[in-house]
Amino acid sequence: MMEEVKEVTSALSVHGHNIKITDVVKDGDVLTFVIVSQKLSGTGEYHVDRTWDDFEWLQQHLFSQEDVPGIQGVIFPPLPAKANGNTSAKVIKQLGVLGLGEWQPYVKALETFLQLVATHKILNKNKAVEVFLTSSDAPGRQKVKKNIFNRLSQAVEEMRKEGHKDVDEFFQTERDHNLVLTGCTKTAAEKFLDMVLTEQKIAVACGHFSAALHLCVEPGEDPDKKAFSRLCVQISEVFNSMKKNMTSVAENNVNTLGLGLDQESRYQEAEKEMLFRRTCKLVELENATRNAEKAKPVKKEAMEELKTATKTEFQEICRVAKQEIKQFQGVRVKMLQQALVQWCERQLLTAKESADQFNQHLQAFREMTQ
Amino acid sequence: MADTVRDPPPDGTDFHELEDGEELFPEPAAAPEESQPASLPAEDISTNSNGPKQDLLFDDDPEDLFAEATEEVSLDSPERDVLLSDGPSPAITPITPPTSVITPRIGHAHDDMFTHSSFDEIEEEEGGDSFDIHISVSDPEKVGDGMNAYMAYKVSTKTSMLLFKQKDFSVKRRFSDFLGLHSKLASKYLHVGYIVPPAPEKSIVGMTKVKVGKEDQSSNEFVEKRRSALERYLMRTVKHPILLKDPDVLQFLESSELPRAVSTQALSSAGLLRMVNKAADAVNKMTIKMNESDAWFEEKQQHFENLDVQLRKLHASVESLVCHRKELSVNTAQFAKSAAMLGNSEDHTALSRALSQLAEVEEKIDQLHQDQANGDFYLFSELLGDYVRLLTAVKGVFEHRMKTWQKWQDSQMLLQKKREAEAKLQFTNKPDKLQQAKDEIKELEGKVQQGERDFEQISKTIRKEVSRFEKERVRDFKMIIVKYLESLVLTQQQLIKYWEAFLPEAKAIS
Repeated sequence: MMEEVKEVTSALSVHGHNIKITDVVKDGDVLTFVIVSQKLSGTGEYHVDRTWDDFEWLQQHLFSQEDVPGIQGVIFPPLPAKANGNTSAKVIKQLGVLGLGEWQPYVKALETFLQLVATHKILNKNKAVEVFLTSSDAPGRQKVKKNIFNRLSQAVEEMRKEGHKDVDEFFQTERDHNLVLTGCTKTAAEKFLDMVLTEQKIAVACGHFSAALHLCVEPGEDPDKKAFSRLCVQISEVFNSMKKNMTSVAENNVNTLGLGLDQESRYQEAEKEMLFRRTCKLVELENATRNAEKAKPVKKEAMEELKTATKTEFQEICRVAKQEIKQFQGVRVKMLQQALVQWCERQLLTAKESADQFNQHLQAFREMTQ
Repeated sequence: MADTVRDPPPDGTDFHELEDGEELFPEPAAAPEESQPASLPAEDISTNSNGPKQDLLFDDDPEDLFAEATEEVSLDSPERDVLLSDGPSPAITPITPPTSVITPRIGHAHDDMFTHSSFDEIEEEEGGDSFDIHISVSDPEKVGDGMNAYMAYKVSTKTSMLLFKQKDFSVKRRFSDFLGLHSKLASKYLHVGYIVPPAPEKSIVGMTKVKVGKEDQSSNEFVEKRRSALERYLMRTVKHPILLKDPDVLQFLESSELPRAVSTQALSSAGLLRMVNKAADAVNKMTIKMNESDAWFEEKQQHFENLDVQLRKLHASVESLVCHRKELSVNTAQFAKSAAMLGNSEDHTALSRALSQLAEVEEKIDQLHQDQANGDFYLFSELLGDYVRLLTAVKGVFEHRMKTWQKWQDSQMLLQKKREAEAKLQFTNKPDKLQQAKDEIKELEGKVQQGERDFEQISKTIRKEVSRFEKERVRDFKMIIVKYLESLVLTQQQLIKYWEAFLPEAKAIS
């Protein structure tokens, strides 16, 4: 347990783009992930064990970098929610599609989070990233002090700032666009999940039918009875193949497009939060400007100073935000493309395999004498 | 082979007019014609079927227990219990197979079919005219308005069999006509051991929707479901070598006008089930248990009991599958919509196009799901349902055999009693009573012999029928699974096409 993060002068000592989570172990309610990263020096790897709480520790550290100029303009890579339900239904409620597929998509989402953080030019300078990835001891579990990013602090009256008119056309457009896109993406992700859950139900139903057919098999020498029994066994195999096919289809969905939509949805939300922070700062600036104008001479200087400071902060945020948005657009399109291509390729493969399988069954039936 | 109609039936005939209609069915039969021998109908029937006579009898029926609209009958409901008319039992009209009863149509090949003295010969002759007949039920058309409206279906037959007057013909029939046909066939053949395929179930809910003119998807589905069921019913009926040649069947398929079946008291599967249960109770109450000397029957009965349970399970399983498949179709359509909206909102051109394509692909996949759901349903679900219903008919013939045995035993017991009574009378001086006793004994001896013959005949028939059933079962299931697999392969091939078309779009992003 480290009480204090040691000073590290250089940036991250490992590559960020190929961080991998190679294993996940479930012990009761707690999931432990094995994270492997490659040393920049090329001399080997770091293997560390981390739980979700450690991820949160990292995220909190990143949020609380108040001294980094324009930090509020950063689109923070989204961290998937904690998985601590004791039934699969609960987990699906918490995580959506990430709750399916035996933790595979969940692990991928955490991996992406680490990769995005470790390759982020501002964020990867934070020592917490180095500690998280390289320290053999687990990072501290103490709660970091409350920060500006703590959503719980955004009271209701803050929320109405969301609609506050912008002074910059670029940002107004981006905000409007983001609003529509977050809504659409969230809906698409939800509908996709519904589809996958039903596919799983069909797989189960096929399995039941297949099993029930075996009950129709009866012993005996009677040729008609034997013929019917044999038929039942073969039909049972067909439904077993159907089960395999549907299971495959659902798996493909979960691991590619399901994950992709979920990722996109959370990333859009992250952009939304950044834009909101900027808007809040804009409102703050407008208030400060008004106050400075209206201030009585005795307060005037103080108000002017405040206004200037706020203005600087705001400009920094805008500068960082513009970069971030550009970066973000590139990354998200690439991620979606990858998801779509993988999805298509895997479903195509499954369809080909299933077509072959069903054809084989069909031939076998056609050749059956009697 | 010109001596077609004969009365009384020659010794070669294995069937005898049933005199006690009430033995077969719970309800008492009150008609007077019961006691007459087979000769009666030969004189009365001018046309070639039992039909008109039966209708008359049905018209006399005071209690029309089955109006056109009755409640939904599910596979399991035991409520529908009356099988045939309450009044004159259909046993009145000669139940014997067409051999002794039907006046053959002059000048038609039918003549040849009905001059045989037994069914055995008919079946052996089957080889001559190979089974080649295809029936389709199509073009459902609403006739009339309001609650008197009904659906008329076109029944088209294509055949090369000499049994029929033409090769390609069609008629218009309504649902009650089918029920009427089944009712006639059941009353003629069930009790002598033939597995008569049950008619499709009635449905008050479905029909009411159609009557009031609701042109929505559910009433269309109902009509399609019914159309398909009627087609399968007819095909199953004509596949039976004996039923195919029944004049009622021929009339049903060929006649442009059919006398309306007034009381369509079809032997619903639920009704049969009730009868079977009642009979089972009666059997349990029998003082002398049936001596099942033939283990074959015992084993087969057990087999069918098991099969019934398994088929019901399978049916429930498939229903669940169909349900989920439909759900998937709905979900896919919703996802397609959301993907389209996402594509519209997307700024990045290539991504936007890809997402729109995605939406289109998903819509096409939705259609595939719907087709697959229909396949699941019309192929498997209906097949299993048909077999569950068919099994009730199978159980029915086994019960009839027990009843036949019981009747034979009863006659034997009665004979024994009469003989004892006669022996006693020998020592009294009552020549009249003695003669009467002797007459009664003679009559009873005849009955006992007939009872034994009936029992042997029904046993023989059931053996043949069961064998035919089991072969049909394998054929049916095989045919269905082949069709099903073909649809599965087709679906996957379609999917391959869609994915192959989408892949370049996905790759073209950025």
